[in-house]
Amino acid sequence: MKAAAFAYARATSVVNALDLLQAHGDRAKVLSGGQSLMPAMNLRLISPELVVDIGEVAELRGISVTGDTVRIGALTRHVELQRSPEIAAHAPLLTEAIAHVAHPAIRNRGTIGGSLAHADPASELPACMVALNATIIIRGKTGERRVVATDFFTGIYETALSAQELLVAVELPAARRKSAHFFCEFARRHGDYAIAGLAAQAVVEGDLFADLRLAFFAVGNRPVLAKAATKLVNIAITPAVLSAALAALSQELDPQSDLQASASMRRHLAGVLLTRCVGTLLGRSDLGAGGSA
Amino acid sequence: MTAPVSISLDVNGERVDALVLPRLNLADFLREQLQLTGTHVGCEHGVCGACTVRVNGEIVRSCLMLAVQAHGAAVQTIEGLSDSGEVADLQAAFRDRNALQCGFCTPGMLMAAQDLLKQEARPDRDRIREHLSGNYCRCTGYQAIIDAVETTARARGGRRV
Repeated sequence: MKAAAFAYARATSVVNALDLLQAHGDRAKVLSGGQSLMPAMNLRLISPELVVDIGEVAELRGISVTGDTVRIGALTRHVELQRSPEIAAHAPLLTEAIAHVAHPAIRNRGTIGGSLAHADPASELPACMVALNATIIIRGKTGERRVVATDFFTGIYETALSAQELLVAVELPAARRKSAHFFCEFARRHGDYAIAGLAAQAVVEGDLFADLRLAFFAVGNRPVLAKAATKLVNIAITPAVLSAALAALSQELDPQSDLQASASMRRHLAGVLLTRCVGTLLGRSDLGAGGSA
Repeated sequence: MTAPVSISLDVNGERVDALVLPRLNLADFLREQLQLTGTHVGCEHGVCGACTVRVNGEIVRSCLMLAVQAHGAAVQTIEGLSDSGEVADLQAAFRDRNALQCGFCTPGMLMAAQDLLKQEARPDRDRIREHLSGNYCRCTGYQAIIDAVETTARARGGRRV
């Protein structure tokens, strides 16, 4: 299908974009890479009256590292993240995850800000932001506000962003020494949205997790930071400890059933992912990596 | 409110000036206004890859890009790559390896395959499969397509040595 008719404005700056959003509110939509917005418009799921194209706003571009903080401009394209030596050095989880975000032609256009603002619960980058404990930086007419990723995603395609605001950047703590990451998703075709996925960031001290953030995706209405991780931190991991964490995970997840998978299948896959994650990060093949949940 | 917008772009090396409605996507602009019908429109929501073209040297889905967004850009379609001879060997390999079938997906497959071969001289079959995973073939001729891309990669690699 084709998108319904709309008016088009090419924003010249962040201030100009905010003026347009202020004037038109939720009748307007922000267009960055268009890889989520255009499908939604072509399928007539949404029909904005005005499309505010921020694609040329140079101040929203770029990746920078200052001290222990990695800042990624909202307009940074997936392909730029994938090829960035700064991201590979300081947020390698993202480098790995991006390979699973759609396909090359889409990664050439899609932007991190667009993906996060769209907030598809089955997409990779929102979960990565939760795993990495990112801060989402939002600009409005009255100034800037910062929201931690776990509070930013509020539901299916719902975020803390208001119709008058613009997501301008994200900031991540740079990976520390002894940090480790894990990314895995089950999808029907490489690059499709996940049936179930896990993005994890850990600090491994010897045989133990000193810290573990498990962000599951496609198993809830937003990325889920699993509380079950607490059962695995600062404790020797035995099959019994892992079983307790799996049971806790199963309790806290509330996945949806859809055409791709039933809720129970998603719960099962989440357990498989947790087992693989723990086994991989600790180098413990004895924990039944890939085994049943 | 939805007035036509004036755009200027470079398509296959030729300057194009046009007036387009904001809702017009790049694929339809190429097909209907410029009669460059090699770019195919399949799913229109970014899943099938039949509409793949190059914008400023990188492959994109032309069904997910508005014509107005291509203002100032350099666009190359399958006609451009074919006329310049850039993909002549790839086209020959598709024919030789029986990778054409109905042909609907072929322009997008060629665009995506050439994109990979520009980046990597000797991709293995898994890499080829991964790079083409965003392109659907309705005849499910995938094995032959991978064969054709692999054959071309080997032949080009051989020439370089």
